[in-house]
This record gives sequence, structure tokens and C-alpha cells, in this order.
Amino acid sequence: MSSANLIRVALGAYLLIFFSYLLGPLVVMSLTAFNSSSFPTVSPWACFSFEWFDVLFNDKHIRDGIYYSIVIGIGTVILSVSMGLAASIVLTQVWPKLRSTYYTMIIAPILIPGVVLGISTLVFWDRAGALLGATDGSFLHGLFHNGIFLTILGQSSFIASYAMLVFVARLQRFDTGLTEAALDLGATHTQAFRKILLPFMRPAIASASVLAFLASFENYNTTTFTIIDYKTLTTVLAQKVRLGINPSISSLAFIIIVLTIFAALAFEAANRNKERKLAVQQGKVSANKSGVLPGFMTGNPAAILLVLLAFVVIVLVGTAQKYSPEACKVQVREAKQIEIQQRIKELREARRIKDEARAAEEAEQPAQAPANAPQNSGAFGNVFAPGNLSEEEAPKPDPAPSSGTGAFGNVFDPNNLNSE
Amino acid sequence: MSSGVAVDLENITIRFGDFTAVKDANVNINGGDFFSFLGPSGCGKTTILRAVSGFLEPSEGRVLIGGNDMAGIGPNKRPTALIFQNLALFPLMKVWENISFSMEVAGASAAERRKRADELLDMIALGGQGDKLPSELSGGQKQRVAIARALCANPDVLLLDEPLSALDLKLRQHMRTELREIQQRVGITFIYITHDQGEALTMSDNVAVMKAGVIDQIDTGHNIYDDPATPFVASFVGENNVFRGKVKSISGNEAVITTNRSGDLLSRITPAQVGKLAVGDDAMMFIRPEALELAPRDADSKTTISANVINEEFEGNSFSVFLQGDGGKQIKMSVPNLGQDRISVRGENLSLRYDASNAVTMPAGELASE
Ligand SMILES: Nc1ncnc2c1ncn2[C@@H]1O[C@H](COP(=O)(O)OP(=O)(O)O)[C@@H](O)[C@H]1O
Ligand SMILES: [Mg+2]
Repeated sequence: MSSANLIRVALGAYLLIFFSYLLGPLVVMSLTAFNSSSFPTVSPWACFSFEWFDVLFNDKHIRDGIYYSIVIGIGTVILSVSMGLAASIVLTQVWPKLRSTYYTMIIAPILIPGVVLGISTLVFWDRAGALLGATDGSFLHGLFHNGIFLTILGQSSFIASYAMLVFVARLQRFDTGLTEAALDLGATHTQAFRKILLPFMRPAIASASVLAFLASFENYNTTTFTIIDYKTLTTVLAQKVRLGINPSISSLAFIIIVLTIFAALAFEAANRNKERKLAVQQGKVSANKSGVLPGFMTGNPAAILLVLLAFVVIVLVGTAQKYSPEACKVQVREAKQIEIQQRIKELREARRIKDEARAAEEAEQPAQAPANAPQNSGAFGNVFAPGNLSEEEAPKPDPAPSSGTGAFGNVFDPNNLNSE
Repeated sequence: MSSGVAVDLENITIRFGDFTAVKDANVNINGGDFFSFLGPSGCGKTTILRAVSGFLEPSEGRVLIGGNDMAGIGPNKRPTALIFQNLALFPLMKVWENISFSMEVAGASAAERRKRADELLDMIALGGQGDKLPSELSGGQKQRVAIARALCANPDVLLLDEPLSALDLKLRQHMRTELREIQQRVGITFIYITHDQGEALTMSDNVAVMKAGVIDQIDTGHNIYDDPATPFVASFVGENNVFRGKVKSISGNEAVITTNRSGDLLSRITPAQVGKLAVGDDAMMFIRPEALELAPRDADSKTTISANVINEEFEGNSFSVFLQGDGGKQIKMSVPNLGQDRISVRGENLSLRYDASNAVTMPAGELASE
């Protein structure tokens, strides 16, 4: 094999590993959302099912969490985008010697741990309320101890810095001559800002808003301190992880992934469309382009892949209306019961053989009989261990094997082992 | 033609920190004039214009527009419109929106604005292009849109900051005549900035020549070319041959200077410097290349120069002959092409003569760097 080939293979392997590292967890997580098993897992695969989406939509905590996450996200977008815009404009106006100091100060919140921001927000507004003489029960006191209000402030304190970075990058390309031209033509400063600078900043405002919303939506460190008696999606999830999770979280992740893909696709399509329009306007490309693929997909395998994925999702959502996993679940349950019963039979058989053997022994040495009894239950406990696991895997503990359980009820007693 | 509004700069000094960008400028611009500031890049032309349009306040002195002191009046309140060096068209607005921007901020309706914009577009020969974006126009078209946008504001004074510098030569020459025509049609005061002396001379009623923040001369283009006030003006405006020497004698407005190489030379004292030159002073004499000609045998030695030919170039309408001059500088003679094969051979010693009225002498000073 030539070294060029070797390099190509190595590169391919690297890319494969890299992308499985990036996307593997997402794929696995998405799959677990469709497994009826009560624990997020792919193997063993029980039944293809949409029940976890139902569970998700019926979970009031998650619903509330999403609702407040969105409310806080919107508040944070409004506050941090306006603060970031103002800060970036000041940066261009401030005396050059002060600029780097000012920049450092404005950027500092990004470097401060979110936990510290959370706690200090909490403490600061409590103190501020006290200083302003807000007594318990007054509006101000209520506001300064309101989880949503505090979370928006706390998150904005550093998200505004991110927004500012986006704005500074855009502002660097702004020709201040345009503002001067507007003033020269009789515009007031407000008009110049509204009609010249703001339209120029619009793309940056859009990306800063998306960035701010996402940063707010996924924030935990700061939120966990400032949210107080409310909850956001992140805090709900954190709580759930502590108490043990089920695949409804996977289904939430799946929904988020799909939404992201669709947003990315829409964005890409809009972009390509705009570019093409411009090209057509400038007469570079003929308006009626031939070919089956929409313009934005040509020469972009990732886009094609995304479209396929989107198609799969649409099919999934379509079948979700009709497909019922009940039949499959009943099957799985029956299979499990049969397996359990088989086990029980085998165990009975084993016991019978042992009993017979013991009876034979007892006949020979009757004096040892009392000592053997506890040993038996111990033996059962060990034998039954695998069955124990499989029972946990069943979607809902089924009363069916209770006939067996009754017989071996004592086996599940943890003291059973200790007693040995 | 309306009489237009006068602009006066009274003892304007403009400093940026320790750096003085404009020093004690006094300029009176008549209403309806096409007035140019001419000077090399970085001499403070834009700075003066920004003081007139209100983007900066002079450190000292006053700006008067139509006799009114403009101190404390912002750019959006002054009756001026500025055409920026880089045009500063609004990239996100259509051409017609650009042109009618001044009406938009004044609260005019869209229909009114569109109507006026279309009128102006017709005037600048861009009718029907109002719905394009500035990025879809060519350089010359952008230029005209910028002019239309400024004119739409109905200014009393139009300020133009090197508006043609970005255009190619042909277009530049075309736009010169067009600008002059527009100015005569609208009859308002134009203040024009350029580092191109050709532009200044062809278009302007009056020209101010600037050097490093100082105005050296204000006069008509013709006078500036014929009677430069300082060595800087003489060497910056048009081509000129310089001869350095000491004043030997003065009679009336004529002087004889003694040069190292060409002996005694007679010339006029430039009008601005009459009476300021004394015998024994260091002086500079300037003769234009086209004022030199081959000397007949019996020519007066006080108006002849003899030098060796270095090189000759054929320029179509003329021949340029380069000769060995004083202090390493070449002397250039321009001879009209009247069908001669050539004027000289390399290395040949030539006698050149000139008319004393075509040569000017002034106290020695700084020359414009080439
Ligand atoms: N805002 C400013 N701060 C400091 N120096 C300036 C400023 N504006 C202009 N200058 C200086 O003033 C001088 C004249 O500039 P300008 O008027 O733009 O020259 P020009 O004649 O080329 O238009 C230049 O040396 C420039 O560096
Ligand atoms: Mg300039």
C-alpha cells in the first residue's frame, strides 16, 4: 500500500472516529427515546414505542421548566442584546486610552464562574432591596426575590458580554462616515442611529439574540442559585437525574435535536436563496436554474443528509399517530413470563432433586437436618439473581409472576443474604 | 442664477492635541463661487472642510456662512452638504432612498421623496435606476448619486472632498465638466477639495493652495499659475524649473540673480513678493518648461541658460528635452511638435532663452516634494 493511500485511510478513520465521537451520543440518545424499556437504553431493545413522548408531554415539571426557560430566555435576549449593543457602541466612542481598560471590564463577566455570578446576583439584589427600604411583602421586595427577575439579571450579566463581542466584530466594519453623512443631511442623532446604524447591525442583533437565547436556555450554574422557587428546564433535569431518569428525557433531547436540524436547514436555505437572488440581480446566474435539487443542496452532502434525516423524522411523526406498541409490549411481556415460568420450573425441578437428595441424606444422618434449612434459601437467592434483573427491565412490574414470587417471596428480602 | 451664500473663515486654527493641522487660515469665498482648496495629501484640506460642515469646531477663529457665525451649530443644522471622500452612500438603501434621505429625516412622504429623487436622477442622467442598490452602480454613477443626494438637501453651500479621486482618468475629466455645469445650473457655492492641480485650475473661480496647514496663496487659477506667491506654489502647481541664486540687483519689479551655473539671470519679481526682496537675499527663480526656447546666437546673456542635454522624450504634441541643471536638478524644456524630427542630440550643449516676463523670482523657500 502506498503511503498516500495509508494517509487517506488514516484520515478516513480519524474522521469516522471524530464524527462518531461528536454525533454518536446524540444518535444513541435519540434511539433510547423510542425504546419502551423504562431505563434509557438501546440494548436490549424491547419495543419501538412513542410512549416516552407522552410521558414527556404529561410531565408537569418539564412543561413548567420549558415554559420558564423560554420566558427567561426571551427576557435575557431583550436585556443582554440591548446592554451588549450599548456597551459595544460606547466602546467605539470611548477615549482610545481608556478603551482596553473598558474592554477588560466589560468582558470580565465571561471569565467569572457562573456560580459566583449567581450567588452575587442573589446577594446584591437582596441588599439593594434592603437599602431601598423594601419591606417584606412590598412590591420591590417581591421583585428582588423573584426567581425569574433574578435569573434574567444574573444570566444577562455575562450573556451581555457575549452579545457585545458579536456587536464589536460587526461594528469594526462600520464606516462612521455613514453616520456623519446622515447628520450632514439633517438627521438627528436618534435618526442616524435608527436609520443607519441599527439596520447595519441587524444581522449581528439576530445572531446575538440566538446566541443569548441558547446560552440562557442551557444555563445551569447561575440559574440554580437565582431561580429560587421557580424552575427551568435545566434545573428540572438536574433534579430528575438525581432521582433517576427515564427515556422521556431522551425524547426531549430528540425533539431539541430535530428542531435544531430544521432551524439549521431553514437558515441555510434562506441564505442560499438570498445569495442566489443577489447573483441573479447582478446578472451572473440565469434566473431559471435547471436541475432537480434546490440550489442550497447542490454540492453539499451535509445538507442532503440533513434533509434525509428530516424526512425520517416526518415519517416517524406520521407513524406515531397510527402505530401502537401495545401488541409488541404484550408479546415482550408474554415472552418474559414464559421465560420466568421456565425458570421457575427449572428451579422447582432443581429443588425437587435436592429435596430428594436431602431426604436420602437425612435418612442416613437425621441429626443434621435443622442446620440445612437456611442453606437452601441462600441457594435460591443466588439462583434467582438474573431473574431479578430482568424483572427490573420490564416496563411495568407485572403481577403475573406473583404466583412464583409468592413461593419465593422471602428470596427478595435483603436480610436473607445477611442471615447467612 | 441666484447669488449664493458667502463663506468666510476668519483666523481659523485647528489643533489635534499638540499637532496643528490648520494654522491661521483666512479665506473669503464669494456666494455662488466654485472655490477649491488645493494641496498635497495630509495638508489639512479635509480638516478645513469638516470645520465648515460642523463636524469639528476650530480651536481658534470663526466660520461664517452667509455672515452668520456657525459656532455651536451642529452639522445637521448647517446649510451645508458634504460629499465625502469615500462618498459614504448608505449601502442598505436603494439609490432613490439614498438621494431623498434628507427629505425622509425631515418627514416628507414617500411619494414626495420618490418624485424628487426621480427628478434628480434624471438630472444626473441615471433615470430609471432608482431601485438599484449603490453596490450595483459603477464608480461614476455612485459619484453622481452622491452629488444628487447632497443637492436634494437644498444646501446653500456644497462641500466636495476629493470626489473624483477614485475615478479613472477619462471619467475624471468628464466629471470635471459635469460638476462645473451642475454648479452653474444650481448657482450655489461649491467648496471643492483636491490634490490634483488640473482639477483645481479647470473648474474653480478661485483656488487656495495649502501646504502643511498653511494657506500660501488664494487667487484665480490663472494667477496662481503665472504669479505663484511662494516657491511651494510655484513648484506644486504645474511643472516648473527652479534656479537658486543670490539677488544681484533690483530695479522696480525686476531682479537679477546670480546663479552658480548659469551666471546672472533676469526675471520679474512675483507680484506677491514685490518689495520683500533685497539685494544679497537668497532667491529662487522659476521658468516653466514651455517658456524656454532654443536661443539664437546673439541672445542676451541675462536671459539665456546653457546646459548639456541628458535626454529627449517625444510626447506627441511636444518634445520634452531634459538638461543638466543646478544642484542635480534637471531642467525641462517643452518644444511644440511642429514637424521637427528631433530637437537635440544627447550630450550636446544647448543655449536656451526665455522672456524675462515669463520668469518669476521670489525669496528662497521650501519646494513641493515630487
Ligand atoms: N481626528 C484627528 N486626530 C488627529 N490628527 C488628525 C485628525 N484628523 C486629521 N488629522 C491630521 O491632520 C492632518 C491633515 O489631515 P487632513 O485634513 O485629513 O488632510 P488632507 O489634506 O489630506 O485632507 C493630517 O496630518 C492628519 O493626520
Ligand atoms: Mg482629505
